[in-house]
Amino acid sequence: MALDGHTPGGPLADKWDRHRFDLKLVNPANKRKHNIIVVGTGLAGASAAATLAELGYNIKSFCIQDSPRRAHSIAAQGGINAAKNYQNDGDSVYRLFYDTIKGGDYRAREANVYRLAQESVNIIDQCVAQGVPFAREYGGTLANRSFGGAQVSRTFYARGQTGQQLLLGAYGSLMRQVHAGKVELYPRHEMLELVVIDGQARGIVTRDLTTGKMESHVADAVLLCTGGYGNAFFLSTNAKGCNVTASWRAHRRGAYFANPCYTQIHPTCIPVAGGFQAKLTLMSESLRNDGRVWVPDKSGDSRVPGQIPEGERDYYLERRYPSFGNLVPRDVASRAAKQACDEGRGVGATGRAVYLDFAEAIRRDGEDLIRQKYGNLFQMYEEITNENPYQTPMRIYPAVHYTMGGLWVDYNLMSNLPGLFVLGEANFSDHGANRLGASALMQGLSDGYFVIPYTLGGYVGGTTMAEVNTSHPAFVDAQKQAQQRLDALLAVDGRRTVDEFHRELGLLLWDHCGMERSATGLTEARERVRQIRDEFWQNVTVSGSAGELNQALERAGRVADFMEFAETMIQDALVRDESCGGHFRQEHQTEEGEARRDDENFAHVAAWEFTGVGQESVRHKEELDFQNVALTQRSYK
Amino acid sequence: MINRDGCNGCDGQRAASQEGSGAGGGAAEQRQNLMSVRLRVWRQKNLQDKGRFEEYEATRLTPDMSFLEMLDVLNEDLQRDGNEPIAFDSDCREGICGMCSLVIDGVPHGPGRGTTTCQIYLRSFADGATITIEPWRAGAFPVLRDLIVDRSAFDRIIAAGGYASVNTGSAADANASLISQARSEEAFDAAACIGCGACVATCKNASAMLFVSAKVKHLNMLPQGQPERRERTVAMLRAMDEEGFGHCTNEYECEAVCPKEISVEHIAFLNREYLRAQVIATGFRPVVTDE
Repeated sequence: MALDGHTPGGPLADKWDRHRFDLKLVNPANKRKHNIIVVGTGLAGASAAATLAELGYNIKSFCIQDSPRRAHSIAAQGGINAAKNYQNDGDSVYRLFYDTIKGGDYRAREANVYRLAQESVNIIDQCVAQGVPFAREYGGTLANRSFGGAQVSRTFYARGQTGQQLLLGAYGSLMRQVHAGKVELYPRHEMLELVVIDGQARGIVTRDLTTGKMESHVADAVLLCTGGYGNAFFLSTNAKGCNVTASWRAHRRGAYFANPCYTQIHPTCIPVAGGFQAKLTLMSESLRNDGRVWVPDKSGDSRVPGQIPEGERDYYLERRYPSFGNLVPRDVASRAAKQACDEGRGVGATGRAVYLDFAEAIRRDGEDLIRQKYGNLFQMYEEITNENPYQTPMRIYPAVHYTMGGLWVDYNLMSNLPGLFVLGEANFSDHGANRLGASALMQGLSDGYFVIPYTLGGYVGGTTMAEVNTSHPAFVDAQKQAQQRLDALLAVDGRRTVDEFHRELGLLLWDHCGMERSATGLTEARERVRQIRDEFWQNVTVSGSAGELNQALERAGRVADFMEFAETMIQDALVRDESCGGHFRQEHQTEEGEARRDDENFAHVAAWEFTGVGQESVRHKEELDFQNVALTQRSYK
Repeated sequence: MINRDGCNGCDGQRAASQEGSGAGGGAAEQRQNLMSVRLRVWRQKNLQDKGRFEEYEATRLTPDMSFLEMLDVLNEDLQRDGNEPIAFDSDCREGICGMCSLVIDGVPHGPGRGTTTCQIYLRSFADGATITIEPWRAGAFPVLRDLIVDRSAFDRIIAAGGYASVNTGSAADANASLISQARSEEAFDAAACIGCGACVATCKNASAMLFVSAKVKHLNMLPQGQPERRERTVAMLRAMDEEGFGHCTNEYECEAVCPKEISVEHIAFLNREYLRAQVIATGFRPVVTDE
């Protein structure tokens, strides 16, 4: 079935304006009659909940953390893009749009991306008004820097903690609405089921993580703002709690999952060090502005970096991509690092790392300036590795970081299930097959502050809904199913821990559905996932009971969902018989080892419909219609 | 780990060689000196339970493991033996979310300076050491289970006034209001608070003054925070009192354990702001001007 993205007509630059006019309005007195559920309190969720509450809707806001302020958006270091052109260096809404479409390797919807670029300027205004302390110049104006794959300086930043400061702004707005009685907060609550009645999303089932109590919540619309699925890989830069459960539960109830094979491997992470490692740590790619990436010329060179003379180093990004150099997009930088290591030129104890060297920047700008720019990152690196990056180059290696795929949504951010909206990283819509640096924060806030307030109104204002409460059979049934699933996990009573299974799954995905994929590897991995999943349900051990605070049970439920999700991800990677952005199929590369797209057959979104665990999912297509940009081979040379 | 030579080692090596290159981190681990520690851990089933310390032997550790990775592995072993794992909070494991919250040998966030619990590595401990692990201790932070406490009191303090009241859409251009770099940086130093609660956990009065002062300073320093400057200060302090946090008696222990090294000078700022708000409320306008 062909999917309709409901992109409005007219010229690109006018689409959003026209659409906002065409959308139904809900009058202020009627807004307070509508109850809206927002799951997740990251940038997308907190900004949506706060803004909708300001408009008058009644909001219930859920998060799994102990406070909405801790959502994983806080970990974003580098910055947020906006087409302000404050630097007078040639930026514009169109350029940001163009860069984002191209960076995504022409696999995103034009109209969405243009709207994102348009709203980017409003985000900065809004955040500054909230008191977000962005970096400033001496004269008091806002400072900008260039960032990951951009040739203009359009990135706004707040030391190395832009995500934290932006989220605190949104969290403040959210808490203001809690104080005003417009938002009811449910921290330490996990969504376990979506409830669909008459084809409309009408509520959720949650588990209170402190007491274990199951609860049902009715609403006129449900917003999922629950982040990405990077933790399917076990080791990633995501927070430990990040999971696919809310999205997957919605998928099982009928929401299509789009482009799950699009995962972003971030080039500048601290390499894996020990066998018990629980997660990977990202070093902001802003470091690539001043750091130079290199490996020794010869494979097997085990000298310490200081003893390798300049002439025997290969600054491979500068060599291969002279115009972008160390600032090539993330997918390109990651694969280049992998290639260098595959050639035996990797460094460090494991041989799976490359150097990121600041020696030249320190000589040029002085240690003080470098400390001012990156002090906290250098400190973090030293804490983790016990090495001083002012004196010896950092060692970095790619790690799973962001997932461009997600639940399918139309231009209104609504999934194929009416009343189910998906915002931020949880949807698939704006980044195509690869996300540019400093674009995730932009998208989360654009969706929450500036898109959903209009499109949600359009939905609730134009839809008739039956009066329902939690005693409706659909709620009773969903709550029963959620309970049965927990009971089933506890009943297995096997011998292997949840983490053991999760590590095994993660390693499999990393090897076969990571930076490089092939038909053979994917086919094999799919079979393996099924085996691991079967074993999980026969041999996992989960202690304690469902009626108490039980972290093992929480994890078991999430890993069980990752096991099901992984198969869809692999399936998507297998069917997408081309390379694009972060999805690199060995079979499809140029002579120079760059991704080779197949626009003839794959310039579309693949949206998967759930048909049962282990069953063939049904693949739906949304054709991508490029009317404004010409599809070219990306070149960063 | 604990009394086991079983499978978790090989499991770990698998993960270390995520690139499939075999040698990987497993080999690196072998080269490192292994160490072991004895843990005294606070166990408490729920809010009502009285709680007690239990001891665990953790062996075959490496100095490069993080403190929380040690607990992860200990928990896996406990579960394999049919025991309940130790409940503790953590999320980002990068020192920024503020979720992790352990008192290690009597010090919130343990032996590091300016770091969170998740950024503590075993290299900070001597081989064979005995380490005591407790939850945050404060009346306003009730223990939910083992090492997990309820910090929602902090959210309620923020709800009382920790924001600039500006609805989405009504903002002026971001460069319309100029803020000197120095002022902006000073506000940022306060805004860096991650709301972990270590300041409360270490304070003999269980005072939240450092937390409150950081938010008041952040917003009251900036032009965006001026319209609600007085109301914010008074409302947040009142909320702090209502939540049962104590008052500041200048022990400075909060600053010493703060993972973001928030300065106690902000508390002096807060006191000044409070006084100012009171004076203005009673009608005596002081000879102080906003910059």
